[in-house]
Amino acid sequence: MRRTLTLAATGLLTAAATALAACSGGSDGGGSDSGGDNAAGGPIAVKATDTTCEVARTEVASGTVTFQVNNSGSKVTEFYVYAAGDRVMGEVENIVPGLTRELRVELPAGTYETACKPGMVGKGIRGPLKVSGSTAPLAADAKLSQATDSYQRYVRSQTAALLEKTQEFVTAVKAGDVAKAKALYPVARTYWERIEPVAEVFGDLDPKIDGREEVVEEGMEFTGFHRLEKDLWQTGDITKSGPVADQLMADVKEIVAKANAEKLSPLNLANGAKELLDEVATGKITGEEDRYSHTDLWDFHANVEGSKAAIAALRPVLQERSPDLVSQLDSAFAKVESTLGKHQVGDGWKLHNQLSQAELKELSDVINALAEPVSQVAAVVAK
Amino acid sequence: MRFGTVMRRRRAIALAGAGVVGVAGATAGVDAWLRASGDEPDNPAADAVPFYGEHQAGIVTAAQDRLHFVAFDVITDDRDRLVEMLRDWTAAAARMTAGKDAGVIGAVEGAPEAPPDDTGEALGLPPAQLTLTVGFGPSLFRDARGRDRFGIAAKRPPALADLPHFPGDALQPEISGGDLCVQACANDPQVAVHAVRNLARMGFGVVSVRYSQLGFGRTSSTSRSQATPRNLMGFKDGTANLKAEDGRLLDEHVWAQAGDGAPWMAGGSYLVTRKIRMIIETWDRASLAEQEAIFGRAKGSGAPLGKTGEFDEIDFSAKGADGQPLVPMDSHVRLAHPDHNNGARLLRRGYNFVDGSDGLGRLDAGLFFMAYQRDPRKQFVRVQTQLARNDRLNEYIRHVSSGVFACPPGVRGPDDYWGRTLFG
Repeated sequence: MRRTLTLAATGLLTAAATALAACSGGSDGGGSDSGGDNAAGGPIAVKATDTTCEVARTEVASGTVTFQVNNSGSKVTEFYVYAAGDRVMGEVENIVPGLTRELRVELPAGTYETACKPGMVGKGIRGPLKVSGSTAPLAADAKLSQATDSYQRYVRSQTAALLEKTQEFVTAVKAGDVAKAKALYPVARTYWERIEPVAEVFGDLDPKIDGREEVVEEGMEFTGFHRLEKDLWQTGDITKSGPVADQLMADVKEIVAKANAEKLSPLNLANGAKELLDEVATGKITGEEDRYSHTDLWDFHANVEGSKAAIAALRPVLQERSPDLVSQLDSAFAKVESTLGKHQVGDGWKLHNQLSQAELKELSDVINALAEPVSQVAAVVAK
Repeated sequence: MRFGTVMRRRRAIALAGAGVVGVAGATAGVDAWLRASGDEPDNPAADAVPFYGEHQAGIVTAAQDRLHFVAFDVITDDRDRLVEMLRDWTAAAARMTAGKDAGVIGAVEGAPEAPPDDTGEALGLPPAQLTLTVGFGPSLFRDARGRDRFGIAAKRPPALADLPHFPGDALQPEISGGDLCVQACANDPQVAVHAVRNLARMGFGVVSVRYSQLGFGRTSSTSRSQATPRNLMGFKDGTANLKAEDGRLLDEHVWAQAGDGAPWMAGGSYLVTRKIRMIIETWDRASLAEQEAIFGRAKGSGAPLGKTGEFDEIDFSAKGADGQPLVPMDSHVRLAHPDHNNGARLLRRGYNFVDGSDGLGRLDAGLFFMAYQRDPRKQFVRVQTQLARNDRLNEYIRHVSSGVFACPPGVRGPDDYWGRTLFG
């Protein structure tokens, strides 16, 4: 968390959001003209297991497309619809084994990919999706508003999962189930870390939820995820952690309500993408973020995913204005993913203290290489 | 003044910033200040050193006061990206050594949403004789796994041989070697650091900083116009150094020649770096007589023992009343002298360093030794072999890092770039 940057960003946000609202009024952002709730075949069933992702139909008409994703595997899964460059058109998170969840997504004509992500890591099990129909080309402003719409859908899907997983974590803490709470800690944080710059807009809540011990000011209590992390890993005594857990849940609910209501600007997306990588560079590479649990790579991965989601939302605009930058971003994201991928263990990650100095330096190098082009995105968006 | 426009540019920016702070009455003060700047006497230490030329600047250039040396690992296998970065570096170096910003836009003139293409800490500072000198390490030609990543293994100069292990070496791999190096020297440490920082930033994704070293108080003079400085042991260092005025000797001892086995290096030079930690506290307890016997020179004047002037010729055969040589057999000056090394000479360009203290209450201090030469196998290796075996000074020093680099010839003009003769 960093407060100074977000204060500056808040000013931008208000101004830009107003301007955007003024010039994009009237556009539905979808750009499709065929409408219909793919009535022809009704909802598309998706059968997800730990190793497969069967999508009942892979050719649909443009408009609102509904997927019903059933998880018959043993791992928590996620379902995505991606446009080119892994731009998230829609996604549904936290589909626990046995559950069916619905995803409704507005899809203009084009080619897409569907993906199930058992265990929530990696590129997922991909499949093609072809959407037919005619789609009017978007004006530049409409592309920008589509970018923010798309990212806001992403934020809402993350916040929904954040609420659920935080609740499970809090419940485990209050039940005194140390092992379960430990297992849930990095998972719940994943949803937080993917969208942290959005949360950071709400100044005081961020330190309450995600503040590390040293940021606690005089007269303020050390609360939130890291306080529970300390209880779980350092003392192992969570008999008195109930009130902190309740407070965390209350704070998360509050910030989720605010985040869902927030109108974001394209500049927020660009700056958020950069801030997420700054988070990696300053907190995760060093192991400061999760100093008791050493689960920093979960956060690292989530930050990179969140950054990529924000950039992907802006992709149509970037592609038009600076195609060179897009190819730089693609190769730099790929490099980060392959380098981080070396440290994946099952559905999780190696602990920070299991990495050698050389491995950490390699991660630092690829993040620096990615953050430079990402830092150029804001100026391109602002053009 | 030749570089007046450049210096005025940085000043104008600094003034623009000052204007924001105090508006009332600022105009009169600024005018007066500008006039004063225009009339100020020439300060050569603030000037620019020409970047383009037959040889890279920063070798025989009169040694500046400050150093920021940096060694990089190349982290891509993509030759085109490496060459592109070298081109970008060259253009940025030409600008920065002229006192301009690293990027073409500048530190404060770009779009408000974009990060500046110069980091800004040199705004308002003169060129300060900044030189940037680049070198290629053996591992660029073939990496630790034996791979010829950039198709240049066949061009590795014979003179760019790995240095042998010398007795007593206590080298730390993490601060040794490197695929590339940049030596930044300037009379203002901020100017040198600014240059390295901006080059490192431009290189993200292509290179990664392996280690870097700050140095102060040049320990060698490389021009007869400079007084001989002292190292942290308190002795004049580099009295007999090769110097810029040595014309023919430079061709013989410093500049690689076309016939030396690597035509692309003609006009270049080989750099050997050694970080030499001094055990300052025990040295300071040694008697003056012992200290002088170890070096073979008088501590005050720098004169060889038995002589009176710093530049007097050393008489290695002179004996004292006790029948022992006045300049001891195991003294530093005797062992390092060309007469005892088959004529080998070096152009030394080292700097003192103090990296704080070492946690045991001792200064982490010493000499960052740098020497340019035509062929390290015949020059540095020969001299260091003698020193490592016999030098009495070894009791007070440890060599903790080592590097050897092929520094290509100079950049001829705006269309040329560092490494063209190797990659072009």
